[in-house]
Amino acid sequence: MGARGETWLWLLQRATAVVLAFAVLVHLATLIYAVRHGLSAAAILARTEGNVAWLGFYLLFATAAALHAGVGLRTVLREMTPWRGAAADLLVLLLAALVAAAGWRAAFGLFA
Amino acid sequence: MSWRSRNHPNYWAFALHRLSGLLLALFLPLHFWALGTAIEGEARLAGFLRWSDEPLVKLAEVGLVVLLAAHLAGGLRLLAIEFLGWRRWQKTAVALSAGASFAVGLAFLLSVF
Amino acid sequence: MTGTLRVSVWRGAAAGRLVEYEVPAQESQTVLDVVSHIQRHLDPTLSYRFACRVGMCGSCAMSVNGVPRWTCRTHVRRVARDGRLELRPLANLPVIKDLAVEMGEFFAKWTRAGGAFVPAPGLGPDFARVAPDAPARQAASAGIECIGCGVCYAACDVVRWNEEFLGPAALNRAWTLLNDVRDGAGAARLGAVAGDAGCHACHSQQSCALHCPKHLDPTAAIAGLKRATAMAALRGAL
Ligand code: SF4
Ligand code: SF4
Ligand code: FES
Repeated sequence: MGARGETWLWLLQRATAVVLAFAVLVHLATLIYAVRHGLSAAAILARTEGNVAWLGFYLLFATAAALHAGVGLRTVLREMTPWRGAAADLLVLLLAALVAAAGWRAAFGLFA
Repeated sequence: MSWRSRNHPNYWAFALHRLSGLLLALFLPLHFWALGTAIEGEARLAGFLRWSDEPLVKLAEVGLVVLLAAHLAGGLRLLAIEFLGWRRWQKTAVALSAGASFAVGLAFLLSVF
Repeated sequence: MTGTLRVSVWRGAAAGRLVEYEVPAQESQTVLDVVSHIQRHLDPTLSYRFACRVGMCGSCAMSVNGVPRWTCRTHVRRVARDGRLELRPLANLPVIKDLAVEMGEFFAKWTRAGGAFVPAPGLGPDFARVAPDAPARQAASAGIECIGCGVCYAACDVVRWNEEFLGPAALNRAWTLLNDVRDGAGAARLGAVAGDAGCHACHSQQSCALHCPKHLDPTAAIAGLKRATAMAALRGAL
């Protein structure tokens, strides 16, 4: 990947970081709320089922997390292992896609 | 390779950011998968939530929330250095990140136990 | 301080060993004084570099008790531990012999980072007028006192991990030129410093800024390059 591609990856990493910063705060806040109020599984699902806003939120959250983790892992691999080049990039991309897919599955599970 | 030249707050902040990032990246697929599977049935989600009542699982969760908070705070610090051109504030930024992640971890700890 | 200093010095090239010397301690004594004492009185075959002895030329840097420093302006009393010094060649550079390292690649990277001034077209023979308080002038001023000593380069992990990485000094130089209104090579320079060999590889560890003997802040310069190159990429101009 050339200098331009690396610059775009760097930008992607920062953009997803900003999305994640907000999403993580919302996620933690809801988590603490649910635990404090002793919400049951049924109560949680009752609030998320059919709620497009929560669906959108968790789809965005999972996608950003998968991309952010992918770019980060790629950097760590390149710096701390002999792994670099197109093959390693492809593998990281595949991993990110799998993580995103697992995240979407969970998000749709909450929705439907 | 000498550790003495690396023993300063910003280096430790980097090391913590990398370690927490790696652990979170490993945990992320597990988290998604477990949740996705649990959610498939309400009963299973209830089972999942009950399972997460186990003290050990709870402790692991608290650890993860602390990791998440640390990575978040460290990331905000990086964004400040890169986009706001922070210089002199750097030490303050490291301290603030550490404090913030500690506080979040503590709040979570208090709320789950 | 009186008595004797016990000084371990790296002898050899990549393969070599530490050899211990005893050097009389003095009240006011720099690390370079200690090295010179060894070379003049104990072992004339010891190789090391220095020129100005006053912190201007940047040739005397070594690893002192594990920390990269300019030795001509480092007082023994500030860095000795229990009367001991351990002197090694600068890290991240090939060792030629003893305390002398090969700086060729370090400076080649300055060239690759677009470190040479290129007059803007139409600059004319007259002096350029640059307001001292203009933001660009101030950004350039913050970085132009670099003496090319290589201390930052030796302190940086990314240099260790990524042999293509241009390093803090070369990138700092590029940033000063980018802020020089008389320079005309800005666009090409942004291309040279972007990406994995350039500014975007830096993790803001700030070992460079902490150890730079001139108290420069290459991290801040590199952050400036990150913003400038990212903006160029967004504009489609990279
Ligand atoms: S701030 Fe960047 S250039 Fe400086 S030591 Fe750290 S990684 Fe290297
Ligand atoms: S930036 Fe500082 S440490 Fe690096 S070469 Fe220049 S003077 Fe030396
Ligand atoms: S001898 Fe010139 S800087 Fe030390």
